[in-house]
Amino acid sequence: MTTVAIIDNGGGNVASVRFALDRLGARSIVTQDASEIAAAERVILPGVGAAPEGMRRLAAAGLDRLIPTLSQPLLGICLGMQLLCDGSEEGSTACLGIFAGTVARLRPPGALPVPHMGWNQVDLCGSSPLLAGIGSGDYVYFVHSYALPVGADTVAATDYGGAFAAVVSRGNFHGVQWHPERSAAAGARLLANFLSLDA
Amino acid sequence: MRFAGHRVVGDILELAARYRSEGADELVFYDIAASPDGRRVDRAWIERVAAVLDIPFCVAGGIRSVADAEAILGAGAEKISVNSPALENPGLIDDLSRRFGSQCVVVGIDSQTEPGASAPCYTVQQYSGDPSRSRAAARATLEWLSEAQDRGAGEIVLNCMASDGVRAGYDLEQLAAARALCRVPLIASGGAGALEHFRDAFERTSVDGALAASVFHSAAIGIGELKRYLKTSGIEVRL
Repeated sequence: MTTVAIIDNGGGNVASVRFALDRLGARSIVTQDASEIAAAERVILPGVGAAPEGMRRLAAAGLDRLIPTLSQPLLGICLGMQLLCDGSEEGSTACLGIFAGTVARLRPPGALPVPHMGWNQVDLCGSSPLLAGIGSGDYVYFVHSYALPVGADTVAATDYGGAFAAVVSRGNFHGVQWHPERSAAAGARLLANFLSLDA
Repeated sequence: MRFAGHRVVGDILELAARYRSEGADELVFYDIAASPDGRRVDRAWIERVAAVLDIPFCVAGGIRSVADAEAILGAGAEKISVNSPALENPGLIDDLSRRFGSQCVVVGIDSQTEPGASAPCYTVQQYSGDPSRSRAAARATLEWLSEAQDRGAGEIVLNCMASDGVRAGYDLEQLAAARALCRVPLIASGGAGALEHFRDAFERTSVDGALAASVFHSAAIGIGELKRYLKTSGIEVRL
């Protein structure tokens, strides 16, 4: 039985992430405590909200220094993924520097609304054990106004008036711009893959 | 009397799980009697829904404050939908979108149709969950829609009451008029009775989503069947 530390960073989706792990039979704790996070087999950094506030909360708990040193599998979800990047245009925020690139505001041409909200397709462009059983064209659920441009760490992209990184992987660090906890079978599959990564 | 005599449709969790398995993209839970009765949605059942559902869901009914919304979102809902309380206090929309972001703030509009001199006249109806208290809100539907999105609504659900419950199709004329003004996602509501009604709403009014209740509750239309039909009609859907 794996133990997952869900970092409580003040976002609204902590409960949903925890329920999703429950459905997969994984034991999880919700915590801000650095020693509990360091000791967990796996770590999830969720987050809904704005980047400056997200980084401020991480720093207040000393987690901005801890997270880059972790060696167990770690998954950032939505804002959590963005905070793992070099930085974010949102409030010109310096982030954790794990994934290369700066998160930028979505600027789709034409009448496409921002935030990008709803089901959209992923297009696989790299290989990652996180994507086993997930194929190009599968629909997942997005709610965001900022995104990481496609780059070296991108293993799946999504198009919304232009491509952005939907899934990124670098070593033990992983991130999804979408919400696996609300993405039906594809989301459950991604979380199950995360839970079976070698810890 | 379209809205009068609401049916109780079995156990909420069982129904939610069924719709999810059939392929619903999102569920909306309406406690339509909450606003007229001055009560709030019960947080405990939202948590129970969030525990079983792995698709997004929205909760509507009796949300009067940022604190009400916070409790519902914290319990696991993706979105909250406000209707009568936003008419009482339009600033609620600003407060909610500032606090949580417009992406989770839905404004529901119940719109009544009256014959006009040249074109139909659409007016907002308040407290439509209770026939004895339902009343016209003295606002034109399209003006209220514009105001709601200017105040930060991230999505509009337009329930066309003259069509609602009669299963003769969505009110395409009204939806098209709303679409022309609406920059945020617009969801059609009221009138779905056949597969073609959904197709027509997407093809002829470019709405972003279509909401239906009675045809699904009564199993007159299966969600899987509907989505396959839309796909073969050339409409992009998640299967």
